[in-house]
Amino acid sequence: MDYETLMQIFGSTVRLGTPLLLACLAGLFSERAGIFDIGLEGKMLAAAMAAGSVAAMSGSAWIGLLAGIGASLIFSGLHGLASITFRGNQLISGVALNFLSSGITVLVAQALFGQGGRTPPLDGAARFNPITLPFAESLQDVPLIGPLYYQVISGHSILVYAAVAFVPLTWWVLYRTRFGLRLRAVGENPAAVDTAGVSVVGLRYAALAITGVLCGIAGAYMATALQAGFGREMTAGRGYIALAALIFAKWRPWQALGATMLFGFFQALALRPDVVESIARFKVPVSMLDALPYILTVLVLAGFVGKAIPPRAGGEPYVKER
Amino acid sequence: MNKLPQWADVVLVPLISLLLAALVAAIVLLAIGQSPTAALGIMVKGAFGSANGWGYTLYYTTSFIFTGLSVIVAFHAGLFNIGGEGQAQLGGLGVALVCLALPWPHWTVALLAASLGAAVFGAAWAAIPAYLQAKRGSHIVITTIMFNYIASALIVYMLVDVLRPAGQMDPASARFPAGAKLPALSDMPFISEFFARMNPDGTPKLTKAGLQMYSNVPANVTLFIALAACLVVWLLLWRTRLGYQIRAFGKSEAASKYAGINPVKITMIAMLISGGLAGMMAINNVMGSAERLLQNSAEGAGFIGIAVALMGRNHPLGVLLAALLFGFLYQGGAALGLNTTIPIEMRVVVQGLVILFTGALDQMVRMLLVWVFGFGRKAVA
Repeated sequence: MDYETLMQIFGSTVRLGTPLLLACLAGLFSERAGIFDIGLEGKMLAAAMAAGSVAAMSGSAWIGLLAGIGASLIFSGLHGLASITFRGNQLISGVALNFLSSGITVLVAQALFGQGGRTPPLDGAARFNPITLPFAESLQDVPLIGPLYYQVISGHSILVYAAVAFVPLTWWVLYRTRFGLRLRAVGENPAAVDTAGVSVVGLRYAALAITGVLCGIAGAYMATALQAGFGREMTAGRGYIALAALIFAKWRPWQALGATMLFGFFQALALRPDVVESIARFKVPVSMLDALPYILTVLVLAGFVGKAIPPRAGGEPYVKER
Repeated sequence: MNKLPQWADVVLVPLISLLLAALVAAIVLLAIGQSPTAALGIMVKGAFGSANGWGYTLYYTTSFIFTGLSVIVAFHAGLFNIGGEGQAQLGGLGVALVCLALPWPHWTVALLAASLGAAVFGAAWAAIPAYLQAKRGSHIVITTIMFNYIASALIVYMLVDVLRPAGQMDPASARFPAGAKLPALSDMPFISEFFARMNPDGTPKLTKAGLQMYSNVPANVTLFIALAACLVVWLLLWRTRLGYQIRAFGKSEAASKYAGINPVKITMIAMLISGGLAGMMAINNVMGSAERLLQNSAEGAGFIGIAVALMGRNHPLGVLLAALLFGFLYQGGAALGLNTTIPIEMRVVVQGLVILFTGALDQMVRMLLVWVFGFGRKAVA
């Protein structure tokens, strides 16, 4: 494999890792606040449908993005209602919302466009188009740095750069603000937060709202940047891979960037079986490459790559009166 | 908190949850410009209106009984097995390997061997997540989800590169030998009368030789195995020492450990039974209906098991009733997809709503009941 091919694969790693990163950070906020969220997948899917549909109708990717965030927030609100207000089982609520989203996105897209549950193909301003950073083309021929800059760093849509910027932002919010301290505390020991006179319910809803916004951006990215329109089940398990990345990253933002880009790299490799074969020197079945991120996730979960300790109050509804 | 009387908890809560799910589904239909009453009419007619409809409804019911039982056995041990889908697909692989291995002399022998193959493969697929949960503390929900994806990749590989006969284009195994063909309900004495084909005037349809004609339905002898499985699971959970240990472990891990119950052993056994039950679903769809292994053979039935278990209040009898309900929803949903412009995905929406209301918003339903009927006020006073 030559350097140019490697840079191409790194470029698609960034493109494929971005929705994972956004969903992973989304899950980070919710799980750090003590709410398990299996429903990242469903939120992304709903957002992808809303963003794709509204972008197709309005011709503006930005309005589509807002619609995507809105749809994702509705699902976040439902999850909050079930798991915070009515103290239901958070895992079951997430599973339910994933099914709901899987079905309802096809229903709505079919009712709107009648194209078998897809949105019409998007182009022009209805998509987030790649941005070529300054000098990317003129520096392309500089050895080593040129292809790196042109293929990997430049040429992504604005949402990719936003997603990367969310990493230090998440770190700052979690570790350097009062809100972040309280958010982490509510995931470890909600009773202590309650005793200090801070609303557990309020904090957890706030965390879910952030989760909703980030999943909304992830879904909108899927439909209006990575691909040109919504298709049924287009998130294809990315919400679950993001959850696995979150565990791999041990619920920390910078590590989340590393984990999601690693999983993005595997997805990028699965798209290039020719490259894998030239390295492995035998025919690798494509289905095995598809399974690679999931197998790796299981290995991570099995604790062969360090031990992951989740937030202590995760999954437990908070009961004020005993 | 106010407590509901037990009968209300067992009967009213699932019923009200179901009504709420139906109400929201109706609103969804109205929102996409369809008539909910017309849709319900088509669903009822499609599922129960003909011998053929009944045949499909009972066929789906059979599958859902297995996956529903699979979920409740794990639930009683405090484990949430979302991996029924992958376990059922692996069960299908087990059935295919067994059925293709020998020219089976009679279906009873083949059924016995194939059931064993299905259960062993399904259990094996559940064993790895179970082991990781028991020994390494990896969350079983996430690992079983991952194993669903790995299972479908594995099945694709097996069908494309291993089991596909030479010269065949579509990724599927060879057809099973004739000796492995299970009798459909319409082939069985007495029962076949329910599947007699009728003329529009109500007289039975006859062949040229004057013999009665029957609809060819996918529901097969596996239905009776599913019914037996309900009984066996009930006996296991409430009438054996192992069942007691499983339930005690699910109620309180700490207390059961103190009572000398081995958590690793119970986690493993409960998940092996759970995976085995999910795998046994394959004798219904792979051996009884498709008669060869296809891609995505479980068709989401593994996930329906979650809804069936929640709706059935974690009891085998409840699972039986809920499986029939979802059999109706599935066959009715297929009728919607065929006869109307409502996409077949409507049944996934209903499935999600039922899981949401029965599994996650059950507390809301209870509060609603307390508020409406004034249950439990006397208990407090």
